[in-house]
Amino acid sequence: MAVTTKIFVPSDTTARSLGADAVAAAVASEAARRGAKVEIVRNGSRGLYWLEPLVEVLVGNERIAYGPVAAADVPALFDAGFLTGGKHALTLGPTEKIDYLARQTRLTFARVGVIDPVSLDDYRAHGGYRGLANALKMSGADIVAAVTDSGLRGRGGAAFPTGIKWKTVLGTNADQKYVVCNADEGDSGTFADRMILESDPFVLIEGMTIAGIAVGATRGFIYIRAEYPQGIKTTREAIERAKAAGFLGDNVQGSGKAFHLEVREAAGAYICGEETSLLESLEGKRGMVRYRPPLPAIKGLFGKPTIINNVLSLASVPIILDKGAAFYKNFGVGRSRGTITIQLAGNVKRGGLIELAFGLPLKEILYDFGGGSASGRPIRAVQAGGPLGAYVHPSQFGTPFDYEQFAAVGAMVGHGGLVVFDDTVDMGEQARFAMEFCAIESCGKCTPCRIGAVRGVEVIDRIRNGENETGNLALLRDLCDTMVTGSLCALGGMAPFPVLSVLNHFPEDLKARTSWPPVG
Amino acid sequence: MSQGQSQHEDEIRRLAEARASEPGALLPILHAIQDRFGYVPEEGVPVVAEVLNLSRAEVHGVVTFYHFFRTHAPGKKTLYICRAEACQSMGSRALETYARKKLNVDFHETTADGRVSLEPVYCLGNCACSPAVMLDETVYGRVTPQRLDEILS
Repeated sequence: MAVTTKIFVPSDTTARSLGADAVAAAVASEAARRGAKVEIVRNGSRGLYWLEPLVEVLVGNERIAYGPVAAADVPALFDAGFLTGGKHALTLGPTEKIDYLARQTRLTFARVGVIDPVSLDDYRAHGGYRGLANALKMSGADIVAAVTDSGLRGRGGAAFPTGIKWKTVLGTNADQKYVVCNADEGDSGTFADRMILESDPFVLIEGMTIAGIAVGATRGFIYIRAEYPQGIKTTREAIERAKAAGFLGDNVQGSGKAFHLEVREAAGAYICGEETSLLESLEGKRGMVRYRPPLPAIKGLFGKPTIINNVLSLASVPIILDKGAAFYKNFGVGRSRGTITIQLAGNVKRGGLIELAFGLPLKEILYDFGGGSASGRPIRAVQAGGPLGAYVHPSQFGTPFDYEQFAAVGAMVGHGGLVVFDDTVDMGEQARFAMEFCAIESCGKCTPCRIGAVRGVEVIDRIRNGENETGNLALLRDLCDTMVTGSLCALGGMAPFPVLSVLNHFPEDLKARTSWPPVG
Repeated sequence: MSQGQSQHEDEIRRLAEARASEPGALLPILHAIQDRFGYVPEEGVPVVAEVLNLSRAEVHGVVTFYHFFRTHAPGKKTLYICRAEACQSMGSRALETYARKKLNVDFHETTADGRVSLEPVYCLGNCACSPAVMLDETVYGRVTPQRLDEILS
């Protein structure tokens, strides 16, 4: 009797952007043609993006990987006996032993790429909902204490201690409280939130449920950017399934506690990744930044106490409640505890998701994991922490990847994105773009950001066109200073950081250009 | 007023009323309208304002604040080209120039034959396989000018 072979073909956006759907169709039709019995599972991605589409075959208890697979490779894979792990030019061996993955510490991403994203059975079979089970036996204060003790800091970029936010909400009395997940992942070079939404949405749902139970919030919203249609669809489906199984609703797992959750679609404004702007947007308004105080933890969504956390912060909560604060805290260095999900992107040979304890030097991430630039040319700069992050110069590549040590060299970890540039990059153009982006995305509430970003583009153009270079360079620094110190939020307050890093580390690119025509 | 317009209004009213009781209903309503028509028709603004008991200015302000909402009918398909840094590092500026030339439009415009609208986007989260574009809701990675031709054909 023929046995059924399980074959995993990722459904993740990046895998699909490289042809995973065609590969899945080719596997199905080739199997049918040969009379082979196969079950195709559309798992998430392991995050080894340079190997996508990465097809895995379950042989015995081990998953054997092949990649990158094109639809045209599929007949040859069958010929090579890939259903029983046969050798082929695309064989990568057991997935778990691929060096890039084997060297990682996957805590938050333990199930990402392993399971069927919307299978609750799969989720539970891989340790899912154990954290919630523990939380339901604890008092709210004890849950908050566990999150505080774990050392978890906001993974969205600001790195504020998560437990402190929760404690404030717990300690504020109100007839209604909310849990809001910030899934408006707009930073270039980042895709970890998207991977959770597409590859393991239950871990986010569980984390938010724990947050709600901890502080007495009965309603949650996940605000997902419109640019992530698949993340929206997958997360909505997972919520429906969690509801049907009693993990969401009026009586979570028979505890008598309610938690309702829904997805809200964003509408393409980068500023809505800023938490108060996001709350305005959820309330149905323009995404204008709010003055603080009051803190969202005291007066947040609809004026009620609100936990607002990034996807990765909330998705790290289940393992903390499952294995304990001490387990999580044991990873990392200094005040950066636990793991950080690094997203290696741009001009890099082996781009992907790397979850590691804090503290690995940037150099090792770029070269040992990343393998250097995709173009094979020298790496000239790395933008860390998104469009508001500094461009890191090769002389700083020895810096360990943690919040404090990055800050010490004027850079930031942010949401963990690293965008690699080779030596063909024009750093003056990159500085100009930082200001241009800020001008496009400014909410317009405060003058330093609204006007400053526009003036920034103009001043950079003048410098590059050779108009009063010395005076305009001084003016640009002065403008950056005004924006940093005078802006209401991080957009205007940090957009000058990439500009300043270019002025400080790549000054040869930010000066009068000899080429013609003029820029701007 | 033409018959077509008043039908729009009736349908917009239905879409708005179906969601009016949700907290913060305006964005979900605008999404529903854009999902249905491909854009938010101007005549929908007073209708939505009335249903939600807001001023027209408030609704107009929200529609125009968000890059995603369109106030004019788009082409049959919309091509989003990522302009953000990861894609820049892999040649998106050249790809952008190529697309504008090929389609003979600038950003936020639609080809003369109404086939394709061109929009910038700041990150599709496909940054490890840049440059990226999205045609309607399908994302493509490592896009060269040749691949863009195939995608658009």
